[in-house]
Amino acid sequence: MSAETTLLATQPVGGNSDDYPAPVAAWRKLLRNPVGVTCLAFLLLVVAFAVFGPMIIHSDPANVQLELTNAPPMTGGYILGGDSQGRDVFMRLAVATGQTLIGAVIVVVVASLIGVTSGLIAGYYGGRFESVASWVSDAFMALPGIILLMALYPVIGTNIRAAMAVFGILISPAFYRTTRAQTMNVRHELYVDAAKIVGLSDARIISRHVLRAVRGPLLIMSGGLMAAGIGIQAALEYLGMGNPTIPSWGAMMQDAFNNMYVAQVPIVWPAGLMALTILALVLLGNSMRDAFEISASELLLLKPAAVERIKAQRAAEPATTAPKPAGALALRDGDLLQVTHLTIAYPTTKTTVKEVVRDVSFSVAKGEIHGIVGESGSGKSQTAFAILGILPPTARILGGQILFDGFDVLADPQQQREFRGRRIGYIPQEPMANLDPSFTVGSQLNEGLRAATGVSKQAAKATLLALLERVGIPNPPRTYDAYPHQISGGMAQRVLIAGAIASDPDFIIADEPTTALDVTVQADVLELLRELQAERGLGMILVTHNFGVVADICDRVSVMREGRIVESNTLEEIFAHPQHPYTQMLLGSTLEGAPLRPPLSVAEEA
Amino acid sequence: MLRFIGKRLASAVLLMLLVTSVVYVLVSSNGMGIARMLAGSSATQQQVVDRYYQLGLDRPVLSQYLAWLGKAVRGDFGTSYLNGEYVTNMLSTRAPLTITIVSVTMVLTMVISVWLGITAAVKGGWLDRFLQVLSVVGGAIPQFIVAIVLVFTFAVGLRIFPATGIVPPSEDVGLWAQSLVLPVTAILVGTAMSGAMQIRGSMLVELRKEYVATLRTRGISEFSVLYKHALRNAAAPGLIGLGILTVAMLGGTVIIERVFALPGLGMLVTSTTTTGDIPALMGCVTITVVIVTIVNLLIDLLMGILNPKVRL
Repeated sequence: MSAETTLLATQPVGGNSDDYPAPVAAWRKLLRNPVGVTCLAFLLLVVAFAVFGPMIIHSDPANVQLELTNAPPMTGGYILGGDSQGRDVFMRLAVATGQTLIGAVIVVVVASLIGVTSGLIAGYYGGRFESVASWVSDAFMALPGIILLMALYPVIGTNIRAAMAVFGILISPAFYRTTRAQTMNVRHELYVDAAKIVGLSDARIISRHVLRAVRGPLLIMSGGLMAAGIGIQAALEYLGMGNPTIPSWGAMMQDAFNNMYVAQVPIVWPAGLMALTILALVLLGNSMRDAFEISASELLLLKPAAVERIKAQRAAEPATTAPKPAGALALRDGDLLQVTHLTIAYPTTKTTVKEVVRDVSFSVAKGEIHGIVGESGSGKSQTAFAILGILPPTARILGGQILFDGFDVLADPQQQREFRGRRIGYIPQEPMANLDPSFTVGSQLNEGLRAATGVSKQAAKATLLALLERVGIPNPPRTYDAYPHQISGGMAQRVLIAGAIASDPDFIIADEPTTALDVTVQADVLELLRELQAERGLGMILVTHNFGVVADICDRVSVMREGRIVESNTLEEIFAHPQHPYTQMLLGSTLEGAPLRPPLSVAEEA
Repeated sequence: MLRFIGKRLASAVLLMLLVTSVVYVLVSSNGMGIARMLAGSSATQQQVVDRYYQLGLDRPVLSQYLAWLGKAVRGDFGTSYLNGEYVTNMLSTRAPLTITIVSVTMVLTMVISVWLGITAAVKGGWLDRFLQVLSVVGGAIPQFIVAIVLVFTFAVGLRIFPATGIVPPSEDVGLWAQSLVLPVTAILVGTAMSGAMQIRGSMLVELRKEYVATLRTRGISEFSVLYKHALRNAAAPGLIGLGILTVAMLGGTVIIERVFALPGLGMLVTSTTTTGDIPALMGCVTITVVIVTIVNLLIDLLMGILNPKVRL
């Protein structure tokens, strides 16, 4: 049975009580969702069919009219035709629908009584009850419910409602798990502590605060649980374990299936009604989840047409808003890397964007270190990512050009991929987050080196071991065979530096390479970078927020603020004669004993 | 490692005891009912009572269970109440077909859900949305409705595949494989779609991590970044999902085997429960728990191999 897959598909995606808006607002949101409304309307129709169907036609569902055996719809007073024994399909379907819905309700009631109660106790008090309940819950989930239900057939017999109650017990772990998790979340909230201090009883706290938090996710799961119950019920009846004197969807399907070579129409009614009902229940659960939970799982991707429109808009606007950067020109002809008028944006809605890099131009010569300085969010890392071609999928480059060794890498992503690793190396900011946790240090560096240079595995290993030694790792073979979680942050950063220079690139992009490191390690790593750069004559971009780092190592500096380069010059000039107020402020904040920085107003900047 | 396996096995034994005792005690508590089921509807009251005493159903339920358990741990599951066939023999002739169906479905589920899930996570857009709709529909519709639709379309309508029954592989491998296509597809529709959504979700989380970008900057191919590095890190939730799906598949075979008239374990479960054949029924329950335990143990071990931080 697909009870398990149904549950897998309808599990709430977690989150805590704060993710659920006020119920009234959520219901209103649900009623605005066309899928949710359609499902709700359909389910009401099904209920109406079950209630009023038998009233419209006063015939006995067991009544046999032999001449109407397998009759097509609309013959002899049989609206939906007759079955293989000449009974009224419409009447049987209506009665069966009622029976099915009652069974589904039993499942949810039993499962919620057991699951919610035990989940509240386990989540609120924990202790031995929790360990036992959780073990039982895991055990139930590990068994195919239908096989257990069938095994109990000699006891339960043809009483399908009793079988559904047992199924409610078997499926109650679904409610138990969610309730327990939500309760544990809420229990550690400050307002619950406060309620305890005030002296409210546990029962009061649970009903006031905890139940409020769990009811949203439970309601969402109920749809899936009812659907699972309907599926199991029909399966049991299909297998002949229901009461043969009461019409049921499963028995109707079995009858029609056995008759499939004689008449193909009768299968459509029970199978179609059941499929649609289950689908409506599950989709209703999903739209409830959309309404109750604030989800951000969908990527906001701009369509090409929207990008073109925004580009056209930009081209039409006069470029008066962009003040020229202060200082010397950052862009020189003939440099290894030339970035011109680079503009990068992220979508804020489906049609609007926020520019995070605006009209940025600079160039870096071979053997030169160019510092890009700015606060977080100034667009310096985004600029670096664009050169490497590793911007997140939602980012869009709205304009500009990046030339590396004369090749336009934005126009030719294939060329850009060729340069990555082979001619441009990258040293990231957060050493631990930038190593694949599932592979050893050696294997991931080795794969990269082989991809870039095509050397053999052994040759790559020899090169890497020598490099690890060069970057100051005390025991290279041990680090080579270690997993990332087994080495320190400082070691990891040295590993990443080795990874960046292993394939002997002529350019390095280092994104805050020392920020995540211990102060004592920072100076060592900077020293290492400077040595390597000098040894190999590397061109380098060093992204940092720290003017101290810049002073240590850079030849030229660009200062970025809110996506723009506001000033660009040689290191000496920047330190001796900072022209832009923002540069002056950044410098001021790094100098010891300097006066407190004054607030920077927009007027001052212009 | 050994300690981990030992712990899991102990838990499995406990589960086995719990399930078998509950089922045995509940079923046997209705001893006279069992005797009536076995004797058939035409039997006289005296015949039913005779059968009741003959099978020892009059003894205390607990001692019956302990007697069964004592033999079962030595591999003796007794003989069928119906025809005296050894239960182990009944199980061993039926299990291969069911295990074939489940393992073929499992492998296909893994392959399809990895491929679809990664493609949806990377490509996004209409493909992603289409897959989301498909997964809700595929996951929700009961397997036997899918089976019925498949039979009416491909067997009754188009006559491409046989509707029911199976040809033994020893007779004709081609026909044997053909008769498995529809049953496997019927289960696969739901499991592959649910699996794909699982993989999609965990891949989306993984692809946003920084190490993925760093791997790309070293010139490593996109295929390796996705299928070797990101997938390995995204595998844990997928494997947990696969465990749940295997349970779903085992349950599904009961009804699928009935629809397609396949003589597997599922069919045996159906016939033993409706006839009151307690020894055969207990055999079916036991082998189900064993299969689930083995699959979950394999999945746990696989997780330990994939994730170096898990020390088994």
